[in-house]
Amino acid sequence: MSVVIIGGGHGGASAAFELRRSGYRLPITIVGDEPVLPYQRPPLSKAWLKGEASLESLTLRPASWYADNDVTLYLAARVQSIDRGGRQVRLSDGVAVPYEQLVIATGARARQLSIPGATLSNVLMLRTLADADRLKALIRPESRIAIIGGGYVGLETAASSRALGAQVVVVEREQRILARVACGKLSEFFSGVHQANGVRFELSAEVAEFIGETQVRGVRLSDGRVIECDIAIVGVGAIPNDELARACDLPCADGVVVDQHARTADPNIYAIGDVTRRPSQRYDRQIRLESVPNALEQAKQAAAAICGAPAPQAELPWFWSDQYDLKLQIAGMAFDCDEIVIRGDLSARSFSIFHLRGEQIEAVEAVNAPADFMVGRMLIARRTAIVREKLADATVPVRDVAA
Amino acid sequence: MPKITYVSYEGLKRTLEIKEGLTVMEGAIHNSVAGIDAECGGACACATCHVLVDQEWMAKVGPPSDMEKNMLQFASEVGPTSRLSCQIRVTQELDGLVVNTPKTQQSAL
Repeated sequence: MSVVIIGGGHGGASAAFELRRSGYRLPITIVGDEPVLPYQRPPLSKAWLKGEASLESLTLRPASWYADNDVTLYLAARVQSIDRGGRQVRLSDGVAVPYEQLVIATGARARQLSIPGATLSNVLMLRTLADADRLKALIRPESRIAIIGGGYVGLETAASSRALGAQVVVVEREQRILARVACGKLSEFFSGVHQANGVRFELSAEVAEFIGETQVRGVRLSDGRVIECDIAIVGVGAIPNDELARACDLPCADGVVVDQHARTADPNIYAIGDVTRRPSQRYDRQIRLESVPNALEQAKQAAAAICGAPAPQAELPWFWSDQYDLKLQIAGMAFDCDEIVIRGDLSARSFSIFHLRGEQIEAVEAVNAPADFMVGRMLIARRTAIVREKLADATVPVRDVAA
Repeated sequence: MPKITYVSYEGLKRTLEIKEGLTVMEGAIHNSVAGIDAECGGACACATCHVLVDQEWMAKVGPPSDMEKNMLQFASEVGPTSRLSCQIRVTQELDGLVVNTPKTQQSAL
């Protein structure tokens, strides 16, 4: 008997790493649908696209690690179904793999636009290494790129495409970029940075159609205007791959529902990463996160639970994004906040936006301000009451803003 | 291939051949060297791959960037030769490099 992990992404592979680190001795099997060794996705839209990262640095562990640690990898393989009663998974080629504990780490997939022309060539998404390679092979300095969606993937891709010399237009349905994930001030700041770097924005703009015969040559907006392009990149969010879990009647709610140990309703089945809806102790609610730190935290939770080890300490959600020479680090989530406090100078490109609820910080968005991020993370986790005036005064060390 | 020696806080040494172009952090992670967490995978975003570079190697390794220096303030057991190992790229020139890993990568805050 053994652990079977469905999904060979960052979360699935990390579950295997953590199990071995925790002393788990039985065989581990990872079933992943991509044809390559588990790798990290965050660089795909950044260093990888710009040709600044090697495949080896993207790869989480070399092939020898899996062989040396009795971890069997089924790559380019899909799980067809989970048989909870028989405690086995069935692969699409018919092979049955028995498990003692199962870890669902199937991640999320890029949301598709179901509009005319979506299947034209050069209409791409950016989720997997194969997606990134397709894009990388197409981008030329003279390329005209239309990016649909002003979220992190879209904006990082815009920055990388500009670095490669391409012309970029970002089409966003909302009135501002980063509308779902950042506050208005931060959206405004990043809009300015992208514009200064030559990116054009079409805001409050709905894409009606991709036009072209076989290959895309433009994006038609719902107001009739056409943005000409050679490449269109769709980055409009992700959908959790929870179909296998739903098919075997595990409770799901836009993601597989798990507890603080990453356990599903079935005590022998865990789920980790983007595919889960998980409890957040700090925010007292169920959340679904799409981030590497979240996948790593849940990989540790599942490994500890499987090994009967003490549960790891709860972590605060955090995220990062690199665009041009800017590093954005976000800690916490701005639920039900009543005020924002800005620390530092936006024009100096080093500042932080703190989201407060009463006297407590709920989230911080730090741009080239790692100290604010690191200290903010701690203040949020501990629910430390702060003094607004001190927080807003960048001459007061951020360590000294507590009440 | 350049050889890098990782010394744990207990004094255990592991000398590994790390391909040029990888970072000292990646070399450690690929070989399951204990004591380096690298939560962000090398983006200089989390300060959990902190190492103390052996004094005599510091000139060749060089100082941290401003961003890295700021992140390092929040690593634990920081010293004058502290670096984030995700920001040290392995070259032939660093053949023989010795780095020391701290007892914990959890922030000193």
